[in-house]
Amino acid sequence: MAILINPDGARHWRLLTPGQQRWRWMAWLALVALTVFCWRIMTADTIWAFVSDAPRQAQDIFGRMLPPRWVYINQLWKAIWDTINIATLGTLIAIVLATPLAFLAARNTTPSALFIRPVALFIIVASRSINALIWGLLLVAVLGPGVLAGIIAIALRSIGFIGKLLYEAIEEIDETQVEAIRATGAGQAQVMSYGIWPQILPAFATISVFRWDINIRESTVLGLVGAGGLGLALEGSLNTLAWPQVSLILLIILVTVVISEWITAKVRKIII
Amino acid sequence: MLTITNLEKRYKAGDRALKGVSMTLAPGDIVGLIGPSGAGKSTLIRCVNRLVDPTAGSIRLGNIDLTTLDGPALRKARRRIGMIFQEYALVERLTVMENVLSGRLGYVGFWQSWFRRFPEADVQRAFSLLERVGLIDHVDKRADALSGGQRQRVGIARALAQDPELLLIDEPTASLDPKTSRQVMRLILELCTERKLAAIVNIHDVALAQMFLPRIVGLRAGEIVYDGPASGLNAEVLTRIYGEEDWTKTSNSQSDELDDDPPASLVLPESRAVAAAR
Repeated sequence: MAILINPDGARHWRLLTPGQQRWRWMAWLALVALTVFCWRIMTADTIWAFVSDAPRQAQDIFGRMLPPRWVYINQLWKAIWDTINIATLGTLIAIVLATPLAFLAARNTTPSALFIRPVALFIIVASRSINALIWGLLLVAVLGPGVLAGIIAIALRSIGFIGKLLYEAIEEIDETQVEAIRATGAGQAQVMSYGIWPQILPAFATISVFRWDINIRESTVLGLVGAGGLGLALEGSLNTLAWPQVSLILLIILVTVVISEWITAKVRKIII
Repeated sequence: MLTITNLEKRYKAGDRALKGVSMTLAPGDIVGLIGPSGAGKSTLIRCVNRLVDPTAGSIRLGNIDLTTLDGPALRKARRRIGMIFQEYALVERLTVMENVLSGRLGYVGFWQSWFRRFPEADVQRAFSLLERVGLIDHVDKRADALSGGQRQRVGIARALAQDPELLLIDEPTASLDPKTSRQVMRLILELCTERKLAAIVNIHDVALAQMFLPRIVGLRAGEIVYDGPASGLNAEVLTRIYGEEDWTKTSNSQSDELDDDPPASLVLPESRAVAAAR
């Protein structure tokens, strides 16, 4: 904040003092310089002949993709079913595990802020720091390829996501409602079920269906590492350069995601 | 019935919210607790049901010392003490009925309350309380669909559902308009008299306190500076409680002098109609 007093005594107000203004200029300049510098490094290894060729290449692949091989869908039903199951079961497992974890991690409900809370937070962070694809890679190595590895990979990744958003919702509740329930002589579990649970229910529903929606998308690629579902078919088609099949699979993924989006919106509307 | 002796509360930050407060309530006593913001009114009543833990002193309800209770014994004691809150503190997403039944939580087990399988007697009791506070047509509405006055009535019904002996009432009218405030205060007073409940009422509005409450306790900076009948609240006492201000428009001494024409703000709506007719 800068209040400037002119020689004639009138007061003026500006957001920044001239000194701050100069600093801001310098910072912007540095940012632009950094961008130019990075761009040079990025493009140093680029073979420009390939890039100039890109539109033609894309056109070529696109041309091979069209029209999609519609009859191939008869071999995909099973994979679609697997994908949906991986996403749904994975999400359910994650919800069951993440809900108690969130209560342990929230500052206002944790039994011990000194010991249990850091452990719960660590589990949440660890789960989120590893992508579902990498969980899948690890689990396929441990459990062997298949749907089970996919389900567990999705669940492990989702625990952190659901746990984090849910414990933030718990920390934001209105404490007076909790106080009122406690004042009636309710026990700890009753305080949670009457004072806290109704307050986080909308967040809980939104988070769960949102994660399910994400998981539908994630489980379509999990097959790439052998964890079952549509991704497995996608990998097979890519490897055999069967472009019309690839385009059909991409189309199916799009349709599945659109449908799940629609379901998510509906559920959210009903619960809130 | 309720005896508070030398109650002290020191918050972690180091400020002493209560400095040796002592007061006694006989059964059926209704006390208005007035004082400036930050005087410790909320802390005092929250110490009674142990939403706040006092630092020293004792609070005896009957022959139980509330300050030493823990676990199930504390829950049992809390059942005997109903509380009504300033911002209603209803569980907004539950129905009116569920909110009233939550007053019974101290009496039922967890699964019973989770599945809302309250004993039939509790449900009937809730119905008759809702009838009494005039909300029988709103039983199945969600609490956040009600107006302020209606919500406070739900809060009252919830407190009474506990079948308490003592009511702690924290600024019951602070969020309500003047007319609703009077109606709510009158309802609380009637219910206390009907059921012979003792009550401590935190209240900001001195005129409202004088209008409804027979006994007033004035708290200033964690100490009781006045404990006596509402009629004793004169400019000198109000200055002692709140500090220097022109109290002549608020205090009773004014209306004492003008006995046959009391200021409209200090009389009940019924008598105001009479005054207007004159």
